[in-house]
Amino acid sequence: MLRGFNRLFALVATALPAGSIVAEEKAPERWGVNMPRGVTEVAQTTYDLHMLIFWICVAIGVLVFSVMFYSMWRHRKSKGYKAAQFHESTAVELVWTIIPTVILILMAIPATKTLYDIYDTEEAELDIMITGYQWKWKYDYLGADVSFFSNLSTPRAQIDNQLPKGESYLLEVDEPVVLPVGKKVRFLITANDVIHAWWVPDLAVKKDAIPGFINEAWTRIDEPGIYRGQCAELCGKDHGFMPIVVKAVPQAEYDQWLEQRAAEAAKMRELTEKTFTFDELIARGKEVYDRNCVACHQANGQGVPPTFPAIAGSAIATGPLAEHLSIVVDGSEKNPAMQAFGPQLSEADIAAVITYQRNAFGNDMGDTVQPIDILNFKNNQQ
Amino acid sequence: MAHGPQPGLSRWLYTTNHKDIGTMYLWFSFAMFLLGGCMALVIRAELFEPGLQIVQPEFFNQMTTMHGLIMVFGAVMPAFVGLANWMIPMMIGAPDMALPRMNNWSFWILPFAFAMLVSTLFMDGGAPNFGWTFYAPLSTEYAPPSVTFFIFAIHIMGASSIMGAINIIATILNMRAPGMTLMKMPLFVWTWLITAYLLIAVMPVLAGVVTMMLMDIHFGTSFFSAAGGGDPVLFQHVFWFFGHPEVYIMILPAFGIVSAIIPTFARKPLFGYSSMVYATASIAFLSFIVWAHHMFTVGMPIAGELFFMYATMLIAVPTGVKVFNWVTTMFRGSMTFETPMLFAVAFVILFTIGGFSGLMLSIAPADFQYHDTYFVVAHFHYVLVPGAIFSITAAVYYWLPKWTGNMYNETMGKVHFWLSFIGLNVTFFPMHFVGLAGMPRRIPDYALQFADFNQIASVGAFLFGASQLVFLFNVIRTIQGGKKATDEVWENPEGLEWTVASPAPYHTFSTPPAVR
Repeated sequence: MLRGFNRLFALVATALPAGSIVAEEKAPERWGVNMPRGVTEVAQTTYDLHMLIFWICVAIGVLVFSVMFYSMWRHRKSKGYKAAQFHESTAVELVWTIIPTVILILMAIPATKTLYDIYDTEEAELDIMITGYQWKWKYDYLGADVSFFSNLSTPRAQIDNQLPKGESYLLEVDEPVVLPVGKKVRFLITANDVIHAWWVPDLAVKKDAIPGFINEAWTRIDEPGIYRGQCAELCGKDHGFMPIVVKAVPQAEYDQWLEQRAAEAAKMRELTEKTFTFDELIARGKEVYDRNCVACHQANGQGVPPTFPAIAGSAIATGPLAEHLSIVVDGSEKNPAMQAFGPQLSEADIAAVITYQRNAFGNDMGDTVQPIDILNFKNNQQ
Repeated sequence: MAHGPQPGLSRWLYTTNHKDIGTMYLWFSFAMFLLGGCMALVIRAELFEPGLQIVQPEFFNQMTTMHGLIMVFGAVMPAFVGLANWMIPMMIGAPDMALPRMNNWSFWILPFAFAMLVSTLFMDGGAPNFGWTFYAPLSTEYAPPSVTFFIFAIHIMGASSIMGAINIIATILNMRAPGMTLMKMPLFVWTWLITAYLLIAVMPVLAGVVTMMLMDIHFGTSFFSAAGGGDPVLFQHVFWFFGHPEVYIMILPAFGIVSAIIPTFARKPLFGYSSMVYATASIAFLSFIVWAHHMFTVGMPIAGELFFMYATMLIAVPTGVKVFNWVTTMFRGSMTFETPMLFAVAFVILFTIGGFSGLMLSIAPADFQYHDTYFVVAHFHYVLVPGAIFSITAAVYYWLPKWTGNMYNETMGKVHFWLSFIGLNVTFFPMHFVGLAGMPRRIPDYALQFADFNQIASVGAFLFGASQLVFLFNVIRTIQGGKKATDEVWENPEGLEWTVASPAPYHTFSTPPAVR
């Protein structure tokens, strides 16, 4: 019957319009019952290991349960079966101690080999630092001028059931991490606040991101494509809303992407010099707010007190500018949930979001903050 | 005068009688089971379909946390202590527990601990929301203010468990009837003796880890804060040094119960009694050296990974011995399938399935894919629900006629069994699938490909939950009346508890029985 369902859903899936994002991505399988084979050598070895252990368990299960069911069928009082009275046999006990031990040793050999392979992070051709934040990932390409945050891009309205859910619901981000295929990439994984875990099933990489530690993992992706994963360690309120998207591309395309990112970074720096109008700041500020602030302070600025205070009518957003700058740039000393956004956002974005917060949700302060003010604020601290 | 219970409420408040205290433990644990179950139903209702419908993520996290804490510390552990209170003195021919006043105290602090824990739901900032494993720094620097109440609730529960364990050890070692040598004790007594040692060994470790949290939160230390020179991974090592023996605390007494029930209904002595004792002891020993298999992804050195992987795989050997012994006990027996036997047989089958997924999880490289997914949720619910919960249920049906003097309604018992059995498998089996397909645990909302199996699991959960009301009804009806039970209750069951009248008199074995 399950297979029937499978076919039915396969038909429905082909009838639907193809995903707009990428052609090369396989749509995730509904009614999927097993782990993906993956797209790296390690993932495939892990898959084979998993299947090997699974079938050994099935074989033992069939054996044990058939004896049990046979006995439940035949050795019933209602069928007049008289109970035997044997209750001990050292020989039998020895047999069913030794045979399982031997099977376990046979399982341990491939497991050990695979583990050594997974732990071999030497000779990587590219290093990427991954930092977990509540509730987003930051990627730093070491040695290249590329560094960015990757946020959930599923619209809030889809989560709240006001819009139909997209194909990659909760597994889509604004900025995927881009990797070249065929290169050994080493990940250096850490966290800024609480423990997270970076997991992409198709790569068979799962490693905890722990504040104060740098964990290592590696991958070498064989096929270009888009591979999706999620944070695997409970990290607070939006643990379920910090996905990972890996985009594996051919080397040439990767180089091009690097150049483009570097150019964008330069352009962003120029924005610091620019003077924005009030409307420009509000428009940009709303975008920044929706990407970075909305998870805690909510779309209506009411927050979720006491951990996540309201911005609407708050003492900071309607008080002296210096304090507002300080809490956004440096974070809160009292409440660790309020991160320091100084190192995370550009000056233009910080200026815009502060202006927005001071003029939205009924906070009619009427003042504006320019990127240069943020730069001066940061410089004065040093 | 001193031979019967006191009238009224004071009977329960001041009692030092092992049977009364056992009864209170059992009712308390059933109440917690229903409360924790309702929280599980909130979780399953939210996960019925993708999107947020019923609760917000903050509250969802409080539900998963409280569900785990209440089920582990409020439902399973007190139920086993209640069974120990009722049965151990009667099984070893003792008049009561060795330390009856402490027995009263260890029960009566529990309702206060749980009142404190549950009250956090109504506090500013909400209840603990960091998972029942409460990993730092989510449970320290980033915790809601109610975490302090959580810490003290854990302290009280720990004190209760330690006192209960001391009492059980003192009773078993000092109060056995003449002739009841250690190797003649029923397996339930053996498994509880070993469990009690595990409790004494690890509950102080839990107390230690929550005290370190308390210091970090209120007194400026940095045990678990990297910024202050501490180590968040240290938390996990200390927690799981408690946590892994803890999971055996929740399963070893179950082994004892099943080892009592299967021989009775197979009408054949338990196969391999002494190997059962040695297997239990080996499992208890191994439980102390496998804790880091919960932490394969924290980035241990490879030597650590290999050690914990090999040690964990080894547990399969004594566990296998137990399963083989139960099956061999059934083999060529003369079986009937009354409700206790149905639950016991389901225990053997489903616990074995949970054991298989446990073996899969022990393989470190494969665990990188399973870790923190619904595969793990499926695994530990397969060992805890049909393991701990089914064995407790089996024990209640098995000994209820002895406790009340009345037979329970067999048809209703069978209905309860089949509804629970179906509900449980419909709930937890699909979790293996979504876990392998990539669904992380502890998320309030999920990607669309996981929708179908989640929907099935939610339906199963409500079925399982509802079937427990049949159980409650059946137990109440049995207490009120019903067909009188004989002293033996079953056909030639083994054990001293069947030599006393049904219902068991308020005081049993005031003079020790003769043991062959």
